[in-house]
Amino acid sequence: MNPFTYTRAADPQQATQASAANASAKFLAGGTNLIDLMKMGVERPTQLVDVNRLPLAQVEELPNGGGIRIGALARNSDVAEHPLIVQRYPVLSQALLAGASPQLRNLATTGGNLLQRTRCYYFYDPAFPQCNKRQPGSGCGALDGFNRIHAILGQSEQCIATNPSDMNVALAALDAVVQVQGAKGTRSIAIADFHRLPGNTPNIDTNLQADELITAVDLPAIPFATRSHYLKVRDRASYAFALVSVAAALDVQNGKINAARVALGGVAHKPWRAQRAEAVLVGQAVGEKTFRAAAEAELAPAKGYKHNSFKIELAKRAIVRALSTVAATR
Amino acid sequence: MSSSGDELPDEERTLRSSIALDEILIFGSPETRRRFLKQVAGTSAVIAVGPRLGLFAQKISETAGASAPASTAKLPLQLKINGKDVAVEVDTRTTLLDLLREDLHLTGSKKGCDHGQCGACTVLVNGRRINSCLSLAIVHEGDEVTTIEGLANGEQLHPVQAAFVEHDGFQCGYCTPGQICSAVACIKEGHVKSDDEIREWMSGNLCRCGAYPNIVDAIKDAAAKSA
Repeated sequence: MNPFTYTRAADPQQATQASAANASAKFLAGGTNLIDLMKMGVERPTQLVDVNRLPLAQVEELPNGGGIRIGALARNSDVAEHPLIVQRYPVLSQALLAGASPQLRNLATTGGNLLQRTRCYYFYDPAFPQCNKRQPGSGCGALDGFNRIHAILGQSEQCIATNPSDMNVALAALDAVVQVQGAKGTRSIAIADFHRLPGNTPNIDTNLQADELITAVDLPAIPFATRSHYLKVRDRASYAFALVSVAAALDVQNGKINAARVALGGVAHKPWRAQRAEAVLVGQAVGEKTFRAAAEAELAPAKGYKHNSFKIELAKRAIVRALSTVAATR
Repeated sequence: MSSSGDELPDEERTLRSSIALDEILIFGSPETRRRFLKQVAGTSAVIAVGPRLGLFAQKISETAGASAPASTAKLPLQLKINGKDVAVEVDTRTTLLDLLREDLHLTGSKKGCDHGQCGACTVLVNGRRINSCLSLAIVHEGDEVTTIEGLANGEQLHPVQAAFVEHDGFQCGYCTPGQICSAVACIKEGHVKSDDEIREWMSGNLCRCGAYPNIVDAIKDAAAKSA
């Protein structure tokens, strides 16, 4: 690991000031991804600004029925088992519990999970010379390499990496809003605008500025989210990244779908909100036929590679399964 | 598969459990490990729990300033490990696992993958299980750390340690300290209502020998006894 200086921030302002003063500084929260990437030599910050002591770990109700605010430092394990989340947003609880292991979830934070970097082998190991995300202009090793875990939607010729987070998929389905604080002040970023597609700049994962600190994630009030589900399909029963995952919620009245939320994980550079599928679902009768039509519509533009074409049909079936599970939920 | 030891003659049970005890103590102090390596036959073992951390800490403080190059200036760190106050100076890059193993010579916590994928480094921090390999030591100012060396009460094994011996919850033993620390937390969290739940909530601890069925049995047994 390269040497770095260590600064323990006492308040958010101190943290953002320290970060603004050093372009190669990084915030340190749970560290489960950052420390690993530093060991690999992928991340090489010259300064770590430890934000673990900031008072940002609460999960609380927003005033006037405005939903829930999750502090950026709320640990994944605490959010997953928080009664407000379990009762109102089961999809988020399930997504968090599907991710990593209990020990990692005890460290990993809400803000850190949002910033989790891809697990593309070519990105993660600097021994591979080609990775446009790690070294812009060097090429994409995955394009013609081992691309079983890679993207099928929204990718570019520059990068076919996927966002590895489960939490992010649930947040995308729930229209979460990311609250950030920078040296110049605070702002809110809709989850749909938080992560980026790779395009020609796969080295930039999110629209967060370098000095900006995530302070909270807000979940809007969505009464029908009590009927929601997270389905994760992976190579082993637990403790593995998703090949494909689905976050789904349905508002059903008299057998008809009033509103639907569907997001996919493991298929794109960002948590993939399945708007085509949602458009097909709304107004239709609940049932496998409707669900399959929605899945077909969403995956119509999908493009597979040598080793990951199976994901296209897998994603369709996962959508049908997840929606069927939600429909069967009381 | 299961070897509760019920069918064994008393003498062999004693021998087996003393071997197992030694095996568990491979993960204890270096002296115990060396003794174990010398006497594989495994006679009764003396439990050497809780090395003199203060002394280790003092040694580190004395040598740090003289030998450390300016580029890797060390920072002071105070925390509690297995009930003892420890004051050390650490390189910012030192993980909690390396602090325990390399600086404090608490080699019970194991370095398996060093990337948060195997769970061999699992320790309890303020009562919660974490992967010590992915956590920098310096962030643990003021924290209370419990390692495998801190679970037993004198010569009396922690109930989860005893259950692992009783149910033969290991083969080579390398993952065992992490498994046991993780299991202690798993039971405390209440995630032991079924075999499936235990498997899911212990999935962060890999065992390449495949002792999983016996590990599940050990955890079930320890959970039932602590209920």
